Amino acid sequence: MRFLFKTDYEDDIRLFPHSGYFVSYGLLLAVLLIAPYVLSSYVMSQLVFVCIYATVGVALLILTGFTGQASLGHAAFLAIGAYTAAYLQKYGVPFPVYFLAAGLLTGLIGALVGFPALRLQGIYLVIATISFAFIVEEILARWESVTNGNEGMRIKAVSLFGVAVSRDSPTFYFLCLAVLVLTIVGTLNLLRSPTGRAFVAIRDSETAARSMGVNVALYKVKSFAISAAITGFAGVLFAHKLSFISPEMFTLQLSIEFIIVILIGGAFSLHGAVLGAIFIVMIDPFLTYLKDDMPGIIAGIAATFGAGTQAAANVQSKVATFASLNGLKGAIYGIIIVLFVLFEPLGLYGRWLKIKLFFQLFPLYKRATFKRQKIYVKSERNR
Amino acid sequence: MSYFRAESLSLHFGGLKAVDAVSFAVEKGEILSIIGPNGAGKSSIFNLISRIYRPTSGRIFFEDQDITEQPPYDIARLGIARTFQNIELFENASVLSNLLVGRHRHSTTQLWQELLFLPSVRAGEKVHRRRVEQVIEFLDLEPYRDKLISGLPYGVRKVIELARALCSEPKLILLDEPSSGLNVEETGDMSFWIRDLRSELGVTVLMVEHDMSLVNRVSDRVIALNYGRVLAMGSPAEVQQHPDVVAAYLGA
Amino acid sequence: MLDFVQQLVSGVALGCVYGLIALGFVLVYKATEVVNFAQGDLMMLGGFFAFTFIGMMGLNYWIGFAGAVAAMALFGMLAERVVVRPILGYPQFSIIMATIGLGYFLRSVSGMIWGTDDFKIDTPFSQGVLRIGSLVLADDKLSVIAATAILCTLLWLFFNKTTLGTAMRASSENMLAAYYMGIPVKRVVSIVWAISAAVATCAGVLLAPITFIHSNVGLVLGLKAFPAAVLGGFGSIPGAVVGGVLIGVIESMAGFYLAEGWKDVAPYIVLLAVLLLKPEGLFGLHVRKKV
Ligand SMILES: Nc1ncnc2c1ncn2[C@@H]1O[C@H](COP(=O)(O)OP(=O)(O)O)[C@@H](O)[C@H]1O
Ligand SMILES: [Mg+2]
Repeated sequence: MRFLFKTDYEDDIRLFPHSGYFVSYGLLLAVLLIAPYVLSSYVMSQLVFVCIYATVGVALLILTGFTGQASLGHAAFLAIGAYTAAYLQKYGVPFPVYFLAAGLLTGLIGALVGFPALRLQGIYLVIATISFAFIVEEILARWESVTNGNEGMRIKAVSLFGVAVSRDSPTFYFLCLAVLVLTIVGTLNLLRSPTGRAFVAIRDSETAARSMGVNVALYKVKSFAISAAITGFAGVLFAHKLSFISPEMFTLQLSIEFIIVILIGGAFSLHGAVLGAIFIVMIDPFLTYLKDDMPGIIAGIAATFGAGTQAAANVQSKVATFASLNGLKGAIYGIIIVLFVLFEPLGLYGRWLKIKLFFQLFPLYKRATFKRQKIYVKSERNR
Repeated sequence: MSYFRAESLSLHFGGLKAVDAVSFAVEKGEILSIIGPNGAGKSSIFNLISRIYRPTSGRIFFEDQDITEQPPYDIARLGIARTFQNIELFENASVLSNLLVGRHRHSTTQLWQELLFLPSVRAGEKVHRRRVEQVIEFLDLEPYRDKLISGLPYGVRKVIELARALCSEPKLILLDEPSSGLNVEETGDMSFWIRDLRSELGVTVLMVEHDMSLVNRVSDRVIALNYGRVLAMGSPAEVQQHPDVVAAYLGA
Repeated sequence: MLDFVQQLVSGVALGCVYGLIALGFVLVYKATEVVNFAQGDLMMLGGFFAFTFIGMMGLNYWIGFAGAVAAMALFGMLAERVVVRPILGYPQFSIIMATIGLGYFLRSVSGMIWGTDDFKIDTPFSQGVLRIGSLVLADDKLSVIAATAILCTLLWLFFNKTTLGTAMRASSENMLAAYYMGIPVKRVVSIVWAISAAVATCAGVLLAPITFIHSNVGLVLGLKAFPAAVLGGFGSIPGAVVGGVLIGVIESMAGFYLAEGWKDVAPYIVLLAVLLLKPEGLFGLHVRKKV
């Protein structure tokens, strides 16, 4: 285990506490940079979605994880970013301009949502954000002169310096990766500055934050605006990746998926947001795999264990029927969410930390180290 | 003019007069204690000063400025810090971040500068960090710097509450039952710190306290409160012998 | 004017269904501070149970109804035991997520079992109408309203006149204190879940003649019942029903008098407006933590 000797206040401020971080993150970055030249285009496509989901995950983390303001309306922010881009592109606005405009507009709307949200707590805030998202969805479906209604909108490829960047090209992947990395770095910077600490203070005790001089209302609105703006940027990329957007893509289901990203990843860490994004994006390929390959594999196993050809074929068709059941995805979502809440509240990243600590402290690791505290008193009803 | 002044301050919850026409003044550099049975309205007075509640009537002055209508977050900016009776720390953050939130009123950087972590932000952070370190040293909190609050024992949390308030470099500090829940030894430490607050840091102290020995050791003057009204005001000895105060404590 | 009354009655009937689901939200919330996002799906499941008993097995309507309610009460207890009890006392966010997960699970599993078609349950009041002058009111709608009134009365009696009901109210005020007072908090919570699942089932069965039962009906109606509960203040049982009726009436009026599209969003717009003015809902208490 590594002991850090701090000799300067800088040591607490630095992003990378010791040189080991440079090595591991440097390696990771190198892998990510050569990925498009090594991996199949299908995997790269998934990787682009991971970047977009992770960006939204970080945005949601700022609002929900750090500021403690729950939102089930982030699909609406994503939609606003996406539609702004599609609309402006139609009028020949260049990519960098509509990219920024989409983020700014979404941020502005986020701030506007933040104002009424100021007086709302917990469950009231959740339902208010759901309502907001429904209203946005309906506007997108009805405001046909701008959004083309339920027909949806096409969006052309990104054009950078006069060159069209196809949504399957490495350049587009790099663009998404850059947005993700910049988002993460910006968030880390925020977290080591007064604003980030004010967010955390609001999450844990509004009263104390206020009496330490934090203008709670202002910072909540800031948190909403930042989170929405980042989601808006992600929305532009999302629209380009899909090349077609319509209102029914931005439903409550999508907002819940974003929440799942931070839940599964681990509610308080940026690592978690990325891990959660990987997880969510992998569910679809996993289901395809289940449908296409799994029946054969299981039949093969059955055959090796002495089942007759007839029996093996039987098993194969049974598994195939199961794997292509309609609601399987929903069931898997449900089970995953429940299992994570029950058994892994710190998420994937928490699991990783536990494993790391286990080896560092071996054989002294205590299971109780990460035990959650129960608070039976009705603490959240009156804050 | 006094340094801090409350003028016929009242706070009503429906029919209940939690604070009833209370007036008092605090002189600069003084340690003033408020005593009284549970439910007397002591914490309510603090909550009025820090604007968690809006007074039903009455006015509050600090450094000759009327602060009755200031928004709550401005109270800290004026130099009034406080601790809470039942500990209101930021549970899921480290001790260091808790103390750094105490520095909030001194931060001058803008959001966009922080997103980029410009040199000005870095410089500011270093100043904050140095000030926090001074407080950590003052209150012997070195072993806990990087610990999460949620894992710390009650006694330490109580000290961190005080530390967080001190990090804002207050002129006036409001301590709500600083020794409640502490053992004898910890209470002893607390009384030294409270006196050092004034002598070394020049902070004026307004304190709510139940432990009479602590009150006697540190206070210049004492106010006794019951049912939201002032019973007596004066030196610790005078107030404790006042017949109304004796009656109130005997429950008559 | 006739139109108005007719719209009003169907709005109130629909609103009663919302109100019943909202009632389930509120019951569980009051007792355990858990917001059960799967409440609508419990209703859906109850509807399917009733459909199985009545439509598929051909049982008498009332027997099937009672059977579904009993089965769902047991299921409510089971869900509480498996999903909620292990995390009782943890942050609200975790519990909300767990019930969202439960909802996903219930929706897709009932889709697997009963398929994705729409189902209808024949009831004794499916055909009849009530005529008052030239006003024609469908019996099924009136039956929903009457049943809601009966259910609310029963619940009110239960909570105010029985020992168990009093124990429930006590444990909803402060679980820890109730526990120290010797109230079997775990059993109370489990019964609350049973009751709320049973109430949800009533909603599902009453709904069946008005709307079809399908695997997503719980999600759709749950998302309407949710604003109803919030509108009512989320802690108040009469509030939930009033909130539900309000939402139902707003929806049916907006559907009738306003342009297309307003029907679906009008309840949410009203909700946001109410929350802006009264953040604790119409009947909620605003409680602040004492420091
Ligand atoms: N938010 C509130 N709502 C209603 N009553 C309150 C509230 N806060 C305090 N009170 C009441 O005001 C009185 C004074 O309370 P407090 O100032 O906390 O007393 P203490 O002197 O013990 O600090 C008590 O009777 C208390 O019940
Ligand atoms: Mg007190």
